[in-house]
Amino acid sequence: MSELAQSVPLVTAAEEKVAAATQLQLTWWRFRRHRLALASGVVVILFYLVVVFADFLAISPPHSTNAARSFIPPQKIHLFDSDGGFRPHVYALKGQRDLRTFKLIYAPDPSDKRYLVWFTEGYAYKLLGLFDTRLHVLGIDRGTPEDALFLLGTDQLGRDVWSRLMLATRTSLTIGLVGVTLSLFLGVLLGGISGLYGGMIDTVIQRVIEILRSIPTIPLWMGLAAALPADWSSAQVYMAITLIISLIGWTELARVVRGRFLALREEDFITAAELLGASRMRIIFRHMVPSFLSHIIAAISLALPAMIISETTLSFLGLGLRPPAISWGVLLQDAQNIQALGQAPWLLFVAVPVIAVILAFNFLGDGLRDAADPYG
Amino acid sequence: MADPILSVRDLVTYFRPEEGVVRAVDGASFDLYPGGTLGIVGESGCGKSVTARSILRIVDRPGEVESGEILLRRDDGGIVDLAKIDPRRREMRAIRGGDIGYVFQEPMSSLSAFYTIGNQLMEAVRLHRAVTTKEARQRAVELLQLVGIPRPEQRVDAYSFELSGGLRQRVMIALALAAEPRILIADEPTTALDVTTQAQILDLIRRIQDERRLAVILITHDMGVIAEMADTVAVMYLGKVVESGPVDAIFHAPRHPYTQALLRSIPSVLAEPRSRLATIAGSIPHPYARPEGCPFHPRCARSIAGVCDRTVPVVTKLDERHEVRCVLYGRPAEAAE
Amino acid sequence: MTSPQTILSVEGLKKYFPIRRGLLRKVVGEVKAVDDVSFTIDRGETLSLVGESGCGKTTTSRCILRAVHPTAGAIRFRTDPTRNVDVAVLPRAELRPLRRQIQMIFQDPYSSLNPRMTIADIIGEPLLVNGVSSLAARRTRVGELLDLVQLPRAYMNRFPHAFSGGQRQRIGIARALALNPTLIVADEPVSALDVSVQAQIINLMLDLQERLGLSYLFVAHDLSVVKHVSHRVAVMYVGRIVEVASTATIFHRPKHPYTEALLSAVPTPDPRRRAKRIVLEGEVADPANAPPGCAFHPRCRYAIERCRQELPRLATVDGSLVACHRSTELGLTGVASAAHA
Repeated sequence: MSELAQSVPLVTAAEEKVAAATQLQLTWWRFRRHRLALASGVVVILFYLVVVFADFLAISPPHSTNAARSFIPPQKIHLFDSDGGFRPHVYALKGQRDLRTFKLIYAPDPSDKRYLVWFTEGYAYKLLGLFDTRLHVLGIDRGTPEDALFLLGTDQLGRDVWSRLMLATRTSLTIGLVGVTLSLFLGVLLGGISGLYGGMIDTVIQRVIEILRSIPTIPLWMGLAAALPADWSSAQVYMAITLIISLIGWTELARVVRGRFLALREEDFITAAELLGASRMRIIFRHMVPSFLSHIIAAISLALPAMIISETTLSFLGLGLRPPAISWGVLLQDAQNIQALGQAPWLLFVAVPVIAVILAFNFLGDGLRDAADPYG
Repeated sequence: MADPILSVRDLVTYFRPEEGVVRAVDGASFDLYPGGTLGIVGESGCGKSVTARSILRIVDRPGEVESGEILLRRDDGGIVDLAKIDPRRREMRAIRGGDIGYVFQEPMSSLSAFYTIGNQLMEAVRLHRAVTTKEARQRAVELLQLVGIPRPEQRVDAYSFELSGGLRQRVMIALALAAEPRILIADEPTTALDVTTQAQILDLIRRIQDERRLAVILITHDMGVIAEMADTVAVMYLGKVVESGPVDAIFHAPRHPYTQALLRSIPSVLAEPRSRLATIAGSIPHPYARPEGCPFHPRCARSIAGVCDRTVPVVTKLDERHEVRCVLYGRPAEAAE
Repeated sequence: MTSPQTILSVEGLKKYFPIRRGLLRKVVGEVKAVDDVSFTIDRGETLSLVGESGCGKTTTSRCILRAVHPTAGAIRFRTDPTRNVDVAVLPRAELRPLRRQIQMIFQDPYSSLNPRMTIADIIGEPLLVNGVSSLAARRTRVGELLDLVQLPRAYMNRFPHAFSGGQRQRIGIARALALNPTLIVADEPVSALDVSVQAQIINLMLDLQERLGLSYLFVAHDLSVVKHVSHRVAVMYVGRIVEVASTATIFHRPKHPYTEALLSAVPTPDPRRRAKRIVLEGEVADPANAPPGCAFHPRCRYAIERCRQELPRLATVDGSLVACHRSTELGLTGVASAAHA
C-alpha cells in the first residue's frame, strides 16, 4: 500500500500556480493569448468610456442649430503657428455671398486664428447625470465653439457632427446594454426553466422561441414601432424600442442557457452532487450556473452588436428613435438622401464607429468563447 | 526470414503547438514481415497512434514527421521512403489504401452517414482500380461477404447508422481491404466493442490475414489482445519503443523494467480471485512535462540516479530479434539531448 | 431480508423505458432494460454485475442509487442492524438520509469532478450538505480522507485539472467515503484509466474494503478486473441475470453457456494460451424486442427446442444460481487459474 500515489513530485512554483488556478484564471490566461480579442476588448472599453463621458467629449451643444452654418465641411487643424511654435488652431469661418449664385459660402479666414484649448468651459451639463459642470475636453480661446470649431463638420441645420456623434454613441450603446440585460433576464429565466424541467414546459418554450425567430424581424419591428403613440416622449420611445429589440434577442440566449443546462444535467459531477444529497438550489447555483457563466458572458458579447445594429437599423428607417433623440441610426438617417450626401459626405462618418464597435464586439465574443471553452 | 515489407527506422514525429513541443514519437524503429502481425502496445500518450498516422502520413497539424525512415517495399520490389514523400502527393494517396489499408477505433465517425456502405466501398474500389460501376458493386458485395456480413446483397445498400458497432467495424475492415493492400494498420480496432464482438473481429482479422498473407500492424493498449494476435511486439512508452521482440519473449522473458512492471500490473482472468496486483508507481507524465533522460526513470524501480535521469539509453540487441532500450543491458548511453 | 449479514437485497427489480413515437409521443413499446433482477449483497462483500453493453447492469445500479425510478420490485437496504428500508418506493424527501449510506464511484474521472471547485470543496461537499458547517471540521476530515486514498494533503487547494486520471479517481473515491457509507456502487471505476493505473485503483478499493468493511456493487464489463475484486459475480444478458456464483466457481466452472462464451472471449495476456475460442454468432438481442424463451437461444450452441419457448428461471445447481434449461447436463469450460508470469 505504501508504494502508491506519492508519485512523481510536481511542485515547481509555476506548476503549483497552475494547479491552484481557478477556472476564471485559466480562462483569463487563455484569453490573454488571443491578441485580436484583447485589442477588441480595449476598443470596447474605450467606446464605453465615451458613453460615460459623452458630454465631456462633446464640444458644442448637440441641439444648437444655426442655419447660417449649414453643411460646413470638417475643419483642418493647424498644428503650428506662423512663428513655428506648437499651438494647434483652426481658422475661423467667414461668410461671403457668392455673387453669381447668391449662396452664402463659408471659407476659412487665415487672418482669424482660434487656438484650441484643453479642458475648458463650454455648455452646461450634468456629469454622470449627477454633477453640474461646464467642463469639456476641448474648446477655443475666443468665441463659442458652436460658431467656430467643427472637427467633423456640421449637418444641414448647422449642428456640430462631432458633438452629436458623442451623444449618439451614448444612446446607441446603452440601448444595446439595456436590451441585453433584458434579454439576459428573459433568456436565463426561460432557458433555465426549459432546460431544467424539460417535458411539456420545455416544448412550449421552445415552440414559442421558434415562432418568434421565424417572424421576419424588420416587418415585426415596423409593426410594433408603428404602434407606438406619436405623442410619446423620447424617453418613452427609447424604452419601448429597447423592449422591442430584446423581444427577439432573448431567444438566442435562452437557447444557449437551455443547451448548457441539458448538457450539464448529464455530467457526472451533477449526478454526484445529487447522490450526495445536495439540494436542487445548491446544484443549480453552486454547480450549474458557474459552469456556464463564461458561456453567458461570451453570448452577451455576441448579442450586444446585434442589439446595436437593430437599433441603428430601426432608427435609420425612421421607425426607432426620432429626433430630437440622437443615436447612430438617427445620425445615419441624415445621410439618407443622395443630395445631402453629395453636399456633405462627412455625414457618413457615423458609420465608422458603428462598424468599429460591431467588429470589436464580435472579435471579443469569439475570443471569450474560445477561452471559456477550449474544447467546444 | 524474408525481407520486411515495412521497415521503420528512428521515426520522429513532433507536435509543435504554441505552448511548446510534444515529442509524440521520438525514435521508433520496427520491422513488419509479409503475413506477420506486429503489435504496438502502450498506454495513453505513448505515441502508438501517432506512429500509425505517421506511417500513413496523416498526422494532423501542428504535428509533423521530423526525421527517420519509413521504408515500404512495393510489389515491384522497389523501396520507397514514405517519410520523404509529400503527404498530399498522388503517390502517397495511392499508397494509402492501395498498399496500406487502415482501420480506426471509432467506426461511427469513420463512415459517412450520407452514403450507403456500398457507395463507400465502390468509391474505395474505383479509387485504386479502373472498373465499371457494375464490377465495383460486385466487388463491394464480395468484400462484405469476405468480412462476414450476413446477406451482403442487401446490406450493400444500407447506411452505416443502420448497423451495429460490430458490423460497422466489419465494414471498416472491408473498406480497408477494398484495394487489396498488403499491409493493414488497425488502431485499437476493438476498443469500443464488447468482448464477444471483439472476439469476432479479432477472429476475422486473423482469418483474412491467413487467406491473403496480409501483414498487420495492430495497435492497442490491451496486452491480452497483443498476446492473442501478435508475432512480434513493440512496447512503447512516451514516444519511444522501449522493448521489441517475439511475442513469447516479450511475455515470458521481458527485459525492460517497464514491460516487466506492466505485465505484472495488468488484471488477468487467470489470476487468483481477489488477488492484489503489483503496481507501477505514479502516473504517465503530462506530454509537456516529459522527464529528462530515460522517459520511464521517475516510475522505474531500478532507475540509477545520475544515469537514467541524465542520459537517453540506446537500443541494445539482446538477440537476433529482441531489442531493449535500457542502460541495464548495455552501455554506453548517448548524451541527453 | 435473508440473513443479518445481508446489507442489500434486490427482489424482482424491473425497469421498463417507454418507447415513444410521433407528435403526440404515444407509447408504442417498452425497452425492458432490467427485467426481474434479484440478488443480495452481504456486509463487506463485493458483488460484480457483468455483461455487455445494453445488458441492464448500469440501469440496475442506477435504480439502487435511485437515480432512476424502478418500474417494479423491491430494493431492501439495511440502514442499521434492526431496520431496513425499501429504496424502490421511498419518497424523494426520505432519500436524503439514505444517501449517506449508499455512495457511488463514477467511470469517468474527468466529468465526475466539478472543474470549478477545489479538491477540498469537492471532497468536503458531502460533509457540507449533510450538516458539517464548520470549515475547520471539514478540512480536517478532508485531510483524513486524502490520507485514506493516499493523496498528499498539500493538494487540497488544487483544482481537478492539475490531476491525472488515476489521481482524480482517488479524489472521487474520497468524496464517496466522506459520509462513511456502508455500500458503494462502483460503475466501471477503472475502465477509463490507463492499464498501469488500473492496478493502483483496484488495490486501493480492496484495501479500503478491508479497513472500512465496505460492500461494493461493482459494475464492469472487463472480466479480468472483475476477477481481482469480486467475491461473487452476477452475469446479465438482455435485462436478466443468467448466472450468479462465487468468483472462483463462475470463472472455473461456468454453468451458463453465455458465461462460458464470455469467458472464452476474453483475451488472456499469455501468448502460450492461444486457445480455440468460442466465437458467438450474431448480435446481442434488442431489449425492446427480446426473443421468446431464453433471450440467449439464437446465439447459443447448446440451444434446444425448449429454449426457444420457455423462459428459464434461476435455479441452484452445484452452488451456482443459473437460468438455463440445460445447466445440469452441460459440462462447460471456464478458465484455469494459474499464476502467470
